[in-house]
Amino acid sequence: MSFLELRGLGKRYGDIEAVSSCDLTVEKGEFVCLLGPSGCGKTTTLQMIAGFVPPTSGQVFLDGRDITALKPSRRGLGIVFQSYALFPHMTVAENVAFGLEMRRIGRGEREQRVTETLALVHLDAMTDRYPGELSGGQRQRVALARALVIQPQVLLLDEPMGALDAKLREDMQIELRALQRRVAITTIMVTHDQAEAMTLSDRIVLMNRGQVEQVARPYDMYERPNGQFASTFLGKANVFSGRSNGKSVLAGDRWFPVEGNIPEGDVDYIIRPEKIEIVDTAPLLHGKVSARVFLGNHWLFQVDTPLGPMHLTQPNTGMPATGEGDVIGMSWVGAHARVVASGTSR
Amino acid sequence: MTRTPRALLVFHISFACFMLAPLVVVALVSMTDKGYVALPFDGASLRWYRAILHAPDFIDAFWRSIGLAATAATIATLVAIPAGIAIAWHRFPGRDVVLGLLLSPLMVPHVVLGISLLRFLTQIGASSTLWGLAVAHTVIVLPYVLRLIIAGATGFDRSLAQAGYSLGASAWTVFLRIELPLILPGVAGGWLIAFINSFDELTMSVFVASATTETLPVKMYNHIAHTIDPLVASISTVLIVMTLILMVILDRFYGLDRILAGKSK
Amino acid sequence: MTPSRNTLPFWLSAPSLLLTMAFVALPLVMTLSLSLYPYDLTTGIGDGMTLTNYRDIVIDEYFHAIFARTFGMAMLVTVICILIGLPEAYVLSRLSSRWRSVSLVIVLGPLLISVVVRTLGWAVLLGNEGILNNALRAIGIIDEPIRLMFTFTGTVVALVHVLVPFMVLAIWASLQKLDPATEHAAESLGANQITILRRIVFPQVIPGVLSGSLIVFALSASAFATPAIIGGRRLKVVPTTIYDEFLGSLNWPLGAALAVTLLVIVLTCSLAMNRFVEWRYRQVFQ
Repeated sequence: MSFLELRGLGKRYGDIEAVSSCDLTVEKGEFVCLLGPSGCGKTTTLQMIAGFVPPTSGQVFLDGRDITALKPSRRGLGIVFQSYALFPHMTVAENVAFGLEMRRIGRGEREQRVTETLALVHLDAMTDRYPGELSGGQRQRVALARALVIQPQVLLLDEPMGALDAKLREDMQIELRALQRRVAITTIMVTHDQAEAMTLSDRIVLMNRGQVEQVARPYDMYERPNGQFASTFLGKANVFSGRSNGKSVLAGDRWFPVEGNIPEGDVDYIIRPEKIEIVDTAPLLHGKVSARVFLGNHWLFQVDTPLGPMHLTQPNTGMPATGEGDVIGMSWVGAHARVVASGTSR
Repeated sequence: MTRTPRALLVFHISFACFMLAPLVVVALVSMTDKGYVALPFDGASLRWYRAILHAPDFIDAFWRSIGLAATAATIATLVAIPAGIAIAWHRFPGRDVVLGLLLSPLMVPHVVLGISLLRFLTQIGASSTLWGLAVAHTVIVLPYVLRLIIAGATGFDRSLAQAGYSLGASAWTVFLRIELPLILPGVAGGWLIAFINSFDELTMSVFVASATTETLPVKMYNHIAHTIDPLVASISTVLIVMTLILMVILDRFYGLDRILAGKSK
Repeated sequence: MTPSRNTLPFWLSAPSLLLTMAFVALPLVMTLSLSLYPYDLTTGIGDGMTLTNYRDIVIDEYFHAIFARTFGMAMLVTVICILIGLPEAYVLSRLSSRWRSVSLVIVLGPLLISVVVRTLGWAVLLGNEGILNNALRAIGIIDEPIRLMFTFTGTVVALVHVLVPFMVLAIWASLQKLDPATEHAAESLGANQITILRRIVFPQVIPGVLSGSLIVFALSASAFATPAIIGGRRLKVVPTTIYDEFLGSLNWPLGAALAVTLLVIVLTCSLAMNRFVEWRYRQVFQ
């Protein structure tokens, strides 16, 4: 049995199904992100694991033990809240020591562990400050230290980067990743930021409208999205609806290449913008460039085609020869395309 | 969130009863058909409500209080709007001092204000005049209006005014068409709170009002100090009902807790 | 906020300032000067300056008793308001939003109703032939009516009723600033409900309790209508004494001296409390 397991976990508020029958297994030491747009049920799922929201169906197992009915105070999980929820009337050290006090750990050991944990998050110099005197990044570290010091079996993070600005967020992501590896703690994080989920997690749990869409490693999910939602939420994608005969896909009046086994019938044909090449001969599709945007490390082209607007990107190797208004030919190989039965995409 | 413990709910209900008891009792005793205050009573009647109609001095005092409260609230609001705007939107030397001065009447016991104004108005020959009373009421309700206007204007996005200027509006037009409408909820709330405070004010008015300028609370106080009869109970009940209506309006538009704490939103 | 170097803000605040200076500051200064005039029973207010009135207040045991009663009463009312206002504000914060708005109207609404009306209610309730006594006699708890009208107890009860909404309001305001996630955080760290209340919720609302206490204490020490009606002649407090000096015995200078003393004590308490709160919580709540 896995370290942490959700079995058919669901939450229903009246007629609204916030989370419907979520199954998930997490291995010891793994970093899993619950990713999805707001209102997809990811936070509710986290709250059910934490014990603040009682599930209406299903169970939570931790290390082989059913903890579904256990009070939050008895679960022994470390939680970092979105607002950090630091106790404003206590100093940094007092905040971190609180969980140890609740465990009736003696003063000597308590002080030692607080010092160690604050050193771990590089806050040794701030022990006597109040949360109100700290910066956003420092507050987040205190919250992390407070959750880690009790040596929880699982660390739960609820949008921990939400309150930080972009630059700091990237730094903290890398730091959090390193810290998680060092402490080797099983971690579940909620985020709506796909880049963050890709940076941090071993596996991503993609959620939408209370359902788990796909569970996969970041690379697998990007390269093999199982539907339109997964392909467009994680990165950009061009999606055509078409019909498949098992060997190739007909969209509009054109046949597009595929590779391997594909479903037959109504399908979504997915091709990532960076997989498309601009070609002079034997293009799969013609189109007129309606916009060319410089994005630093690459160029983004928006192309009007008979199948609707498409995106393609090219690495920035100098000013591109193609400009707005040009008619171009586009091509790609079947191995880069992804075909899914259209019923699976929401 | 976990359930609220039963003991706390019992406490809450007892607390609500404690808050309501004196008001309910006043309403009950006003419906006696006897000439004295007692509970329980045998016969219920509305005779003490009819009696109000035959107590012209109470009715005069009521209208005087209404007029006084409206005047004081209006003058206070008119002078508080520019002051509130200055304090909320401008940083100027002495800003904190100005604010402190304008709010200071809140810290002075009304008895002290009462005797001070009694003497002051006597000295300038304005004792027992209605306008003297009106000015006295204006200065004590001014801080309440000011607090609400400042609260409303502080939460106001200054780039709205800048958008107005960028579109070619003059300062006066920006004020009239953009700023004033947006701080109006605070202004209206402030006026209402000022009106209620002035209408209810007793302690200062006891000193400043004379026999010819008695406000309703003063009239009632003098009556109660002499005798407690069902007539004051019926008048009180009318006041309770009127306040209740006002309260529901205030709660609907502002939230009672916010407006009483001096916040407009 | 726009930094202004011009004089516009002064012009904008001038009307309010003038009004406040002319009708609050100036009269207060005149009261201070009035309190320094001598007074004679036969000749009335005399000439010159004297501290006699203050001396009388300081040495006369009659006034000692009145001041002690006033501030003892204010202290007691404040403590009772904390004891019942704190749990009430906490319950309010936990009610569902519909019950909360009904409860808020019940708890805070009386603030909008005239003190005279509310005190009248207590007079009816507390009188010898009042409802409380009749009810207690009817169910046989007491044989003789308990004296409540014109007593310290009765006045305190009525004052608590008049002033407790201010306490609830102040604590309620600081409860609203409290991040509910801090309670969850404490729970996830292993704290039980009692510990959460004692270690997390209560310390965070202390500033609210203090500012509520300040308001209740100041208003209770300067309350007039309630002690005048419920306490009556026998239970004089400073404000009713000032009233009697001014409108009864017409010893205005003594009344003014009493008023100045009351004002100074109330202001000193307020400022001291404000300073304390600022000093104690500067780091915590920036």
